[in-house]
Amino acid sequence: MSDPVTAMETLRFEGFVTVSQAGSLGMITLRGDFGSKPFGTALKKALGLDPPQKRQIAHGNNSTAAWMSPDELLIFCSWEDKATLMTALQKVIGKRHAMVIDVSDARMTFTLTGSNVREVIAKLAPVDLSPGSFEPGELRRTRFGQIAAAFWLVSQDEAKVICFRSVGDYMFKQLKAASTPGSELDIWT
Amino acid sequence: MLIFECPYCGVHAEESELSPGGEAHLKRFGPGSDDADFESYLFIRENPKGVHFERWRHSNGCGKWFHAARCTMTLEVFGTYVAQTFEPPQDLKEKITAKRPGWSWRDFS
Amino acid sequence: MSTRLSSTGRLIDRSQKISFSFNGKNFSGFKGDTLASALLANDQILLGRSFKYHRPRGVVSSGSEEPNALVNLGDGGMFEPNQRTTTTELFDGLSATSQNHWPSLEFDVGAINQYLSRFLPAGFYYKMFIHPRPFWKYIYEPFIRQSAGLGKAPSEKDASTYEHFYAFYDIVVVGGGVAGLQAALTAAKSGKKILLIEQTAHWGGRAPVDGGEVNGQPLDKFVDKCVAVLASMENVTMRTRMMGAGVYDHGYLIAYERLSDHKPEASGPRHRLWRIRTGSIIIATGAIERPLVFSDNDKPGVLLASALRDYIVDYGVSVGDRTVVVTNNDDAYLTAIAVKNAGLEVSAIIDARPNGAGELGEKAKALGISVKAGKGIAKVLGSKRVTGVAICAQAGEGAVLEEIPCDCVAMSGGWSPVVHLYSHCGGKLLWDEEKLMFHPDAHNYPKNHNGKPFILPAGAVSGRMDLSEVLRDATKVGSKAVDSKKTSKPPSARMRVDAPIEAVWMMPQGAGIKLRSKAWLDFQNDVKVSDVQLAAQEGFQSVEHAKRYTTLGMATDQGKLSNINGLATLAASLNAPIPEVGTTTFRPPYTPISMGSIAGLARDEVFQPIRQTPIHVWHEEQGAYMEPVGQWRRPYCYPRTGESYADAVEREINQTRGSLGLIDASTLGKLLIKGPDAAKFLDMLYTNMMSRLKVGKCRYGLMCNENGFLSDDGVVARIDKETFLCHTTSGGADYIHAHMEEWLQTEWWDWKVYVANVTEQFAQVGVVGPNARAVLEKLGGMDVSKDALGFMEWKDGQIGGFKARAYRISFSGELSYEIAVPANQGLAFWQALLEAGQEFGVMPYGTEALHVMRAEKGFIMIGDETDGTVIPQDLGMNWSISQKKTDFLGKRAQERSYMVDVNRWRLVGLQTTDGSVIPDGAYAVGQGRNANGQKNTIGRVTSTYYSPTLQRGIAMGLVHKGPERLGEIIDFPKVDGTIVKVKIVDQVFYDKDGEKQNV
Repeated sequence: MSDPVTAMETLRFEGFVTVSQAGSLGMITLRGDFGSKPFGTALKKALGLDPPQKRQIAHGNNSTAAWMSPDELLIFCSWEDKATLMTALQKVIGKRHAMVIDVSDARMTFTLTGSNVREVIAKLAPVDLSPGSFEPGELRRTRFGQIAAAFWLVSQDEAKVICFRSVGDYMFKQLKAASTPGSELDIWT
Repeated sequence: MLIFECPYCGVHAEESELSPGGEAHLKRFGPGSDDADFESYLFIRENPKGVHFERWRHSNGCGKWFHAARCTMTLEVFGTYVAQTFEPPQDLKEKITAKRPGWSWRDFS
Repeated sequence: MSTRLSSTGRLIDRSQKISFSFNGKNFSGFKGDTLASALLANDQILLGRSFKYHRPRGVVSSGSEEPNALVNLGDGGMFEPNQRTTTTELFDGLSATSQNHWPSLEFDVGAINQYLSRFLPAGFYYKMFIHPRPFWKYIYEPFIRQSAGLGKAPSEKDASTYEHFYAFYDIVVVGGGVAGLQAALTAAKSGKKILLIEQTAHWGGRAPVDGGEVNGQPLDKFVDKCVAVLASMENVTMRTRMMGAGVYDHGYLIAYERLSDHKPEASGPRHRLWRIRTGSIIIATGAIERPLVFSDNDKPGVLLASALRDYIVDYGVSVGDRTVVVTNNDDAYLTAIAVKNAGLEVSAIIDARPNGAGELGEKAKALGISVKAGKGIAKVLGSKRVTGVAICAQAGEGAVLEEIPCDCVAMSGGWSPVVHLYSHCGGKLLWDEEKLMFHPDAHNYPKNHNGKPFILPAGAVSGRMDLSEVLRDATKVGSKAVDSKKTSKPPSARMRVDAPIEAVWMMPQGAGIKLRSKAWLDFQNDVKVSDVQLAAQEGFQSVEHAKRYTTLGMATDQGKLSNINGLATLAASLNAPIPEVGTTTFRPPYTPISMGSIAGLARDEVFQPIRQTPIHVWHEEQGAYMEPVGQWRRPYCYPRTGESYADAVEREINQTRGSLGLIDASTLGKLLIKGPDAAKFLDMLYTNMMSRLKVGKCRYGLMCNENGFLSDDGVVARIDKETFLCHTTSGGADYIHAHMEEWLQTEWWDWKVYVANVTEQFAQVGVVGPNARAVLEKLGGMDVSKDALGFMEWKDGQIGGFKARAYRISFSGELSYEIAVPANQGLAFWQALLEAGQEFGVMPYGTEALHVMRAEKGFIMIGDETDGTVIPQDLGMNWSISQKKTDFLGKRAQERSYMVDVNRWRLVGLQTTDGSVIPDGAYAVGQGRNANGQKNTIGRVTSTYYSPTLQRGIAMGLVHKGPERLGEIIDFPKVDGTIVKVKIVDQVFYDKDGEKQNV
């Protein structure tokens, strides 16, 4: 039973940006003193990446690590690589005080594509989305409407948004409403 | 609506991304403490007109608790600092003194 | 007659005709018209009835300050009341109806109120409707409710959509007039990010109406140039039809953008609320002209001098052929000149000042306009519209010197800066004795989070009324906003030489009561000079009290025209200087904004987040009756065709107790606690000794706050030496997670513990009933036998091919397993259980069956047996409080004298003598009465249900010394006045020895 069964059939909406539910991703929460040198070395060994700086995203061989808080990383990988990576992490961490847990099922991810992705996010999150103020490479934890969420820009016209799975339906519906054709502002394009 | 800079993640978070946590630097009194100490720990709070120290949590964000010093009259924010301390940092206290000479708050001044 | 002129009309496009209707009558106007200008062009001068006396009213202004000309706009889902005709842009098919009259605008029965006005003075309602007391509810209130309110409330759901937008700028300039444009232009040179907003559809404000030259060029050319330059700058964003609605702390500005009010057929949202954070806000909101206060100054045809100028110049509309201008300042002379230039007659300028005007006076005289200095209007003639004015000496008491026939009166009592936005955040005002206005105190601008002023007024809002002053001030403020050391050179304009304005708060100054009780201050709420004077006489000295007593300034226009006149009247009555009386508080929004824009996207399906479990879809497909539990929706029960909810609950319980039931328990909070200090940490959080829990075992634990009160409960499983999994209540997971983080981060930060909320990682299913083991064994996988997985143990493995963790715990008293599987596989696992359970007649059960079954077992429920004032000892749960621990959260509080009082109400079972169900929330009464004469209460019900298992009502409750009174019968009065007799019993009604769960 290793096949992931997604929470609902894949959601998709074509507005002035396209909102689509991303396929299942492997997600691992790592809590620990990853800023310390030995921990950093261990991470490098397991993931092939240096720990990301504050609010940044670091890319490794088969994984990406996002800074969530001074003692928490969220590691993204393919669904298939998740178990291997978890084992590798646990191995390099050894007896150090840390927590490695699989949270892949706990979240839902959405992809936004289109030239106005910044606007859709700015309708829901109290974050400065203007070019220059927010750029690819940063992950921002905030709220979208009435729920906690995080997002990052993959490029100037693609963004990812993640939230807890229980509110995935709410998230999809509000992203849909925010990208309704005719509601573009066109202030950054 | 207030904005505080989270000292952990550096985000200038607005109030809707934060949760208030009441007065800062409370000293916990547990079993064995006398009634007066326990009462003050549970119930007695500062209500100053001016310099005040509070706790906030970056709940819609990095999840960390932090301290903030602000003026309750003008809402000027003197600074924010980490929660793992028993008193405000010296440089913050000096900054407040420069702006509000003669201030005092509980045992701090 | 008001009519369309042939020549002027700066803003209208005569080539584009637009048809619209008013009160069912069809009219036509031009593109660029406002509804007000188009109605005036069609000689529709009577536009509504006033609120209290139903007096006929017409347009007074040409902008957002309009108090009179409000209409119901649109139909059905697009219907909206109280829309200002002066700011409503005309569009094809617009349909409007007038408000506040019956049966018709022309003939209104309510107008009889004006003849009763002697009996309806200020405070009438307060005085009249107090006695006799019972009359309020049945007679007065229904009557007042029926007659209160201006427009009608919409009867249909709003068909439009709305949204928010979060934006961040270095500087926001509010107001696109000359001051705003010049300030923006100056500031924009710095390269900082600037947003410039203008509430109307046009740039330039009202300056182009008055003309003049800037740098030797006509003013409108200057405006065009500014707009073109700003539009070409990358760091500048410009939006029209966007109003600065409110200013709040820390540079927070709410702006209201009207996207499709002027083109309802457009797709997309109707309004957008911008939630802006900015370093500083340049307020360039200009000023509003004040009416003069004289008898019958509310007649249709009497309007502000500046408004008349706007209608002529901007819209090519004349309000009347013969105009009388009445003023106490020079500015109104511009109107007389504009009227004359449009080829219409100015019957006279009535100037209250004995010496008349400055250079504009000369200009008017040169055009042959007669100026009557030192005079005033004694009263206005005409009923539904002006037919003339009676002139008197301003210094006198109103003896009529002559009557001048006219059909329009243009009045000017001076200008009031629009200081609203400046004041929202605490900006202080100064009274300018020379200019007779309140303007911002330059030494007291509101400060930002950094202690620096962040609201910077520029132009007329600061009392700079002359074009040359405006340009100078705006340039200075623009530089200041960007901290520029370099001072830019302001554009040049010629300074007009005016004679000083003179204070005229009543015309004539010695007007008697008859004139004063017809002299209107607040047109919308029908407040007269005599009302304010009465309030002062009756002792309302504070302006805030007088305002509420008279309702001055409390209508939808918030007193934009009336506040200063009202204040001056109050000051005069109190014999106090105006600044001493002070202003009332300006509150956002500047003008009313739509409720829809405030809600934004949060309506219908995204009104609020509804949390769904991985099995949610299935519940919905089954037609489960859902109930909210925190933000979750959980099935209350699964009614079948023909079943009531109570029937369904009974069936679900019987089936579960008899064979097999399933419950979706995914909502239960699951917190993972890990670290060398995890056990120590849990010992502090729970009243129990969790550190002694063996790996592989589960324990039910209680959590208290520092006040000693119960806050949450749940089963804790020890995963390994350093790891625990804590279950919390469904609604409590986030709260308890935050509570744990709080103690770890702020008190015990040296403890090595990490907490993670893994609630959503798992779907959790309760497999409950005598056949629970059988169904799991049928699915196959891990050994779930009594020996392999005993009561209060957990085990990892797989069941039916699913990776699973099984907890052998029971909240129903039956043989029960809670199985957690990865959330993505939750639905498949649920379906596998249903299929395998068919031979046992498996049924899903909902939260109500869960509640009843736990109550039969006497298990408490957080939120039912607890309410934030209950300690574990009240519930007889001393067994869960470790006596060996020196400390845990709440321990010290539970030692307080009130907590150990023997008189506390404590938990017992309650059983009615007649088998009925005690009503929810019922209280037990004892002997005697309290200080309020009510019967003393001795206990209350906390949970009460019909038990299908026992086939009678069962309940739990907190009763004074309850456990000491077993067997006693107490009284529970019901709402219908009858009493139900209840016996105090043990709270465990079913299987007290736990034989069923432990098999």
